[in-house]
Amino acid sequence: MRQAAGRYEPYSYFQLMEVSLRELLVEKGIVTEDAIAGAMAAMRARGPERGAAMVARAWTDPAYKARLLENGSRAAEELGFEVPGLRLIVVENTSQTHNVIVCTLCSCYPRMLLGLPPEWYKSRPYRSRVVREPRKVLAEFGTKVAAKVQIRVHDSNADMRYMVLPMRPAGTEGWDEARLAGIVTRDCLIGVALPKIPKNSKPRKS
Amino acid sequence: MGGLPAGKVKPAEHAYTDWELRVDAMMMLLVGVVGGGKRMTVDELRKNIESLPPADYDKMGYYERWVISLTQTMIQRGVITTHELAKKLAEVEQRGLSPFSRRKRKPGR
Amino acid sequence: MTAEKMGTVPIYHVGDRVHVRKAAPLGHVRTPFYIRGHAGVVERVCGAFPNPEELAQQRDGLPAQPLYRVRFRQQDVWPGYRGNPADVIELEIFQHWIEA
Repeated sequence: MRQAAGRYEPYSYFQLMEVSLRELLVEKGIVTEDAIAGAMAAMRARGPERGAAMVARAWTDPAYKARLLENGSRAAEELGFEVPGLRLIVVENTSQTHNVIVCTLCSCYPRMLLGLPPEWYKSRPYRSRVVREPRKVLAEFGTKVAAKVQIRVHDSNADMRYMVLPMRPAGTEGWDEARLAGIVTRDCLIGVALPKIPKNSKPRKS
Repeated sequence: MGGLPAGKVKPAEHAYTDWELRVDAMMMLLVGVVGGGKRMTVDELRKNIESLPPADYDKMGYYERWVISLTQTMIQRGVITTHELAKKLAEVEQRGLSPFSRRKRKPGR
Repeated sequence: MTAEKMGTVPIYHVGDRVHVRKAAPLGHVRTPFYIRGHAGVVERVCGAFPNPEELAQQRDGLPAQPLYRVRFRQQDVWPGYRGNPADVIELEIFQHWIEA
């Protein structure tokens, strides 16, 4: 019996494996149910807020931006984000260059800053095609990159992890960091989308 | 698989199920990203996923590949034996998680 | 893979033109098929990391191997690439996958 798309028949075989593995590991004292629950809660709660906060800070503080581009992990820690073992490279979009991130070999992703990756990032179509025809794939996300703009594709194939620093859109003058972070979505940080000002956005007094 | 032909990207969102988060959590704990222990490397996880037969790879979901790979790695590391796994699988199945059961999942699973 | 001992001193520098070895060993490898045999330019020296090919086999992967970010022109990598000729793809290549 098939479940959701992508599930393998027979029904529940892999869930059977998960329960069995977990129970064996707990019985042997390798992991505890509490530790599992804790790790689950942490990843369930994590979205792209940390990445967005780093971008918002970079947009408002040129010295931070320079540090961010120099050493992404240290810049994350500067904002109080614990990222043990993360080797982060932040790549900057400009009017001449657009960056997009992929891991063709598996699905490496800066989870501690962005949360768990979306299904499409881990999928065969994205991993196979964005390295070879990035403009076409970006168009499938509704993102148009002009022909004269250079596209840099970053394949996260070894120990480094990547995040895009998007360009700050026009019309955000005077916005505070929280408001700026609000328009930086996960897809902007992967490079398949651009930050957009919400349609109903009224100029606020800062 | 970079550069190989493939279909359109489906930019859909996907809410992670508890089952998937449990597999993810086990990986984090076993690899030592959290929890202070380390029983395997992420490289072994990747190697065992890459070793899956291509037809299976395509039919399996992401965390289905992970749970098989994690289990395989634990066997390779000698943390569990195939005999222990076989016994446990049979025991869990007996408890009512049969592959052929149409029993509804408990809420929150 | 031969049993040669490799030091951790990086022998390539930013701006060097390097070739990725064309080989198809067994086991877990972090150099994607599509880039093997191609030439690019070192964009940065990332540091030294334990060899993932060895880590995958439960060995310690030491001595750590220098890892480079290498930039390749898309039009060099993909026959018939249609895009801006300035488009690039950047990957991390371990020193033992680079040949002069």
